[in-house]
Amino acid sequence: MKLDAKIPAGPLAEKWSKHKFNLKLVNPANKRKYTVIVVGTGLAGASAAASLAELGYNVKAFCYQDSPRRAHSIAAQGGINAAKNYQNDGDSVYRLFYDTIKGGDYRAREANVYRLAEVSANIIDQCVAQGVPFAREYGGLLDNRSFGGVQVQRTFYAAGQTGQQLLLGAYSALNRQIALGTVKMYNRHEMLDIVNVGGKTRGIIARNLITGEIERHSGHAVLLATGGYGNVFFLSTNAMGSNVTAAWKAHKKGAFFGNPCFTQIHPTCIPVSGEHQSKLTLMSESLRNDGRIWVPAKTEDAQAIQNGTKRGNDIPEEDRDYYLERRYPSFGNLVPRDVASRAAKERCDAGFGVNRTGQAVFLDYTFAINRYGNQEVNRLNLQDADEEKVKELGIAVVKEKYGNLFDMYKQITGDDPYQTPMKIYPAVHYTMGGLWVDYNLMTTLEGCYALGEANFSDHGANRLGASALMQGLADGYFVIPYTIGDYLADDIRTGAIPTNSPEFDEAEKAVIDRIQFFMNNKGTKSVDFFHKRLGKIMWDKCGMARNAQGLQEAIEEIKALRAEFWQDVRVPGNAESFNPELDKAGRVADFLELGELMCHDALHRNESCGGHFREEYQTEEGEALRDDTNFAYVAAWEYKGEEKPVLHKEELVFENVKLTQRSYK
Amino acid sequence: MNLTLKVWRQPDTNSEGNFETYKANDVSEDMSFLEMLDTVNENLIEDGVEPVAFDHDCREGICGMCSLFINGRPHGPLHGVTTCQLHMRSFKDGDEIVIEPWRANAFPVIKDLVVDRTSFERIQQAGAYISVNTGAAGDANQIPVPKNDADESFAAATCIGCGACVAACKNSSAMLFVGAKVSQFALLPQGQPEREKRVLAMVNQMDEEGFGACTNTGACSAECPKEIPLSVITRLNREYLRASLTSKD
Amino acid sequence: MSNFAKTFSSSLGKKLVMALTGIFLCTFLIVHLIGNLQLFKDDAGQAFNAYAYFMTHFTPIKVVSYLLYASIIIHALYALMITSANKKARPVAYAMQASNQNSAWTSRNMGILGTILFIFIVVHMGDFWWKYHNAELPYARYEISLDNPNDIQVSEVPYDANRLVHSEIVDPQAGKKIIISKDLYKVVQNAFQTWWYVLLYVIAMFALAFHLVHGFKSAFQTIGWNNNRYIPLVRFIGVWVFGLLIPIAFAAMPVYFFLFK
Repeated sequence: MKLDAKIPAGPLAEKWSKHKFNLKLVNPANKRKYTVIVVGTGLAGASAAASLAELGYNVKAFCYQDSPRRAHSIAAQGGINAAKNYQNDGDSVYRLFYDTIKGGDYRAREANVYRLAEVSANIIDQCVAQGVPFAREYGGLLDNRSFGGVQVQRTFYAAGQTGQQLLLGAYSALNRQIALGTVKMYNRHEMLDIVNVGGKTRGIIARNLITGEIERHSGHAVLLATGGYGNVFFLSTNAMGSNVTAAWKAHKKGAFFGNPCFTQIHPTCIPVSGEHQSKLTLMSESLRNDGRIWVPAKTEDAQAIQNGTKRGNDIPEEDRDYYLERRYPSFGNLVPRDVASRAAKERCDAGFGVNRTGQAVFLDYTFAINRYGNQEVNRLNLQDADEEKVKELGIAVVKEKYGNLFDMYKQITGDDPYQTPMKIYPAVHYTMGGLWVDYNLMTTLEGCYALGEANFSDHGANRLGASALMQGLADGYFVIPYTIGDYLADDIRTGAIPTNSPEFDEAEKAVIDRIQFFMNNKGTKSVDFFHKRLGKIMWDKCGMARNAQGLQEAIEEIKALRAEFWQDVRVPGNAESFNPELDKAGRVADFLELGELMCHDALHRNESCGGHFREEYQTEEGEALRDDTNFAYVAAWEYKGEEKPVLHKEELVFENVKLTQRSYK
Repeated sequence: MNLTLKVWRQPDTNSEGNFETYKANDVSEDMSFLEMLDTVNENLIEDGVEPVAFDHDCREGICGMCSLFINGRPHGPLHGVTTCQLHMRSFKDGDEIVIEPWRANAFPVIKDLVVDRTSFERIQQAGAYISVNTGAAGDANQIPVPKNDADESFAAATCIGCGACVAACKNSSAMLFVGAKVSQFALLPQGQPEREKRVLAMVNQMDEEGFGACTNTGACSAECPKEIPLSVITRLNREYLRASLTSKD
Repeated sequence: MSNFAKTFSSSLGKKLVMALTGIFLCTFLIVHLIGNLQLFKDDAGQAFNAYAYFMTHFTPIKVVSYLLYASIIIHALYALMITSANKKARPVAYAMQASNQNSAWTSRNMGILGTILFIFIVVHMGDFWWKYHNAELPYARYEISLDNPNDIQVSEVPYDANRLVHSEIVDPQAGKKIIISKDLYKVVQNAFQTWWYVLLYVIAMFALAFHLVHGFKSAFQTIGWNNNRYIPLVRFIGVWVFGLLIPIAFAAMPVYFFLFK
């Protein structure tokens, strides 16, 4: 099968406009004859479901949470990028496009990224009209902040809860359609398989998580907006329920998986505190604007901190190593996420880490507090302010900017970050990889689309801050409503899709068989037991740094673990009622397959790019060494059962940007 | 530390429930409350007992999925904190902890500590939106919004819809929740065209769901993990009265 | 249902009725207190009896008084309706509830406080209002010197069905004003000689204080007034005037009579 990305011809800036004109339309009166299934109700899913329903399609939307509003987009903190140029600082669609391509280490499609930048401004308009309470200036106009890796202020935000506010906006649009009856919402439902009939995706099998009932739902197209798969690492900043199941089922039925090894490790998370840990918590990237990152320069100091005899404040200034400022003087603490994460790992691996575990670095606000304090002293004309007063004033400023994050840190760790430096460590945060989609967001399964984090398309090998929200909403509000019509237009005579076809029977049977297997398996170990082990393999061997040997080992270890899982997993309770252990078992079973694919992908990509760092491919200074001659392509994997997955390549053509080595020095 | 848990167990909505006592041993103070329950559940699974069902998802205090009435208070003893962000350092060795589900007619128990909060969904479907189709919006900076209004609207919009307000209220009233939603839109210029219709419809739905009336005890706001101010209820009252007097419908 | 009826049958509408009747009752308390302060006048009850006559026979006041009775009944009935609906909103009670951690005792016990007040009002009206209107009370005859209004001679006049409740004659020759009125003052004086009766009044005034500490500001909350500028004033009045001053002044009356009369 030849991959066709369906990228429109013509100049970059005209591709999307021309493409929209060339897409087939469905007459308004005919739209009500179609049913579209949307799985997942985060930013991409909720916005798509609402927008399609507004157009007149019948929509069935599914989420595993008890409300669409709880999808994990809600947890995004920092903001959303848009090329509005409200700050008059030279931003433009082209600059946003360029920053995103470069930030993604030249592994994303030009046309998609340009379109993303193009519609970014509309997103802000739409959200404001919906009543999203973005931060504003005193004049009543929208405020912006800056984010890592870029030199303009284009990030719109709502305190540290931008994801929540955007999702509530999309959710309100969705609610409006639910009330109108155009969207039928299925809460606490999990999609467990996808159904293809006659070469087209025609429905899903879902489980009602309350009653355990297995349901068949048919439609003319299925949209997967099911988010990322970071939970394959067990510990990540994803929600506990975030999973790959929907995407994986589509993959197993023929949708190719794009760049699965591209994982974003976020540098500023709260470190692991012990074996009991269930998830990791992100501290917004915005903290790097004012905080300075360091570790002790002397091993003996690091050890003293690790065994608790010294604290961060005990280390004198000259014995501290501000390693980001040292290595990257021009970007300093604001280097992109992948670079910052790797640098932290490098220091900790060298024995300079500061937690009990040695797996943490300091993020220090002493300087910011001091600087802000002195600013306040000047502003208020307090000539005789002593050190205490300066600190007090500085703390007040920091509190106003980052108070909620500092509170959260204190809540989780028990340490007061205003007094002692915070400890942070990188954690899995986002997956750039996902289902391969063409320009229309359709996967290689006809009629099956993937939106938002669930697809692979826009972020290349590394995502810039505040771009995930942008992409999710771009896909849902401004891309899929156009592109889906082109596909559905040919389906005008199809009519309602019956759910009693052999294909539905077969898919449902497979789902029920698997559930029955879990219920009847007389294993001895809980689902989490396996999930934690998988996570450890992935983190150690397919995490922040990878090498061929480790990846080969990981593949074997995962295979063995998978076999053990199927033999020894224990799922209590029954299948006819609310049973979270059963839900987890299905998800982990899929992670156990995905993990192996990720390792295959990481192993085959003999270069370092973005979040993918192969130890064999680095410069003398330890920076990522890209290989554009051999790897400037999207790796799209085809599922082959127990056999090795088959690689398909979509060559990336760069007509507008010049590929250069990223440098933040 | 070692703890004794008294946990509400209820197989499903229609069954009777009762308290079961479990031991939680070797609990680290760095654990979150839910991680403590995770370990209890791991032990239960090992013993062949069905684990305790509880709602949770993001575990960073924003999705609003987690609930739990802990020692007589929603989300436990701390102010402004969800259960998932509550850590065991708030407890001490030997403590007995009573864990109950949210209790309200409008939040029936699904299983153990899990309740059905779709009544909140229906209230929002009744009107917590601005009717603007995708693509119909003008430029975002066309309508300036005074910063104070935007900030107040945001403060109301931080509601995570967890239901702690209902759980805390002696009347199981949903006024703080509805007040937050109504306030968010009432404060913004974009929310004006549907202002009256919205509040009337949402209050009507709230009553139909079987929530109690507000008696201004303030327990909701005091227990709200997002510290939504009581003034959203005042605003809701005002909006409702205003709409009742002026609505053209 | 008309829109208006719909408004008042909603949970918010019912609360609005509670708030409006409550505030009306609060304003009455002020009037009632000012009137009752006549009890402290050292005139053998002349001013008080004149006040009682005025309150019961001046038509606008009579109209208001019927509104008042209606308000009390509506306030109580709506309270019952709301309470019963609120009870239904939580069919299964919590095993453990730390309400004192999140709300004031008064705010959670308005029903109990209100019930005490209602019982008190019934007793109170039975003893004074009912007796004044229906019982065969003796009259007090006041002879007041026109030269010196503080020179008052009082004597008792037995009950006579044909006598006016209140009559005034000025006798310039004798230099006196003669007032004969139904002697409610005596009833008050007698009632407040009993210790347990005084105690009942004092307890009721405690209930009133707690009821209004929450009730007064709560009413404004329910009406939807929350401007930051005047809310502190409402709170101040709620606590200092309705929570302290008024109940203390009312409670002072039986105590004063018990101790000094």
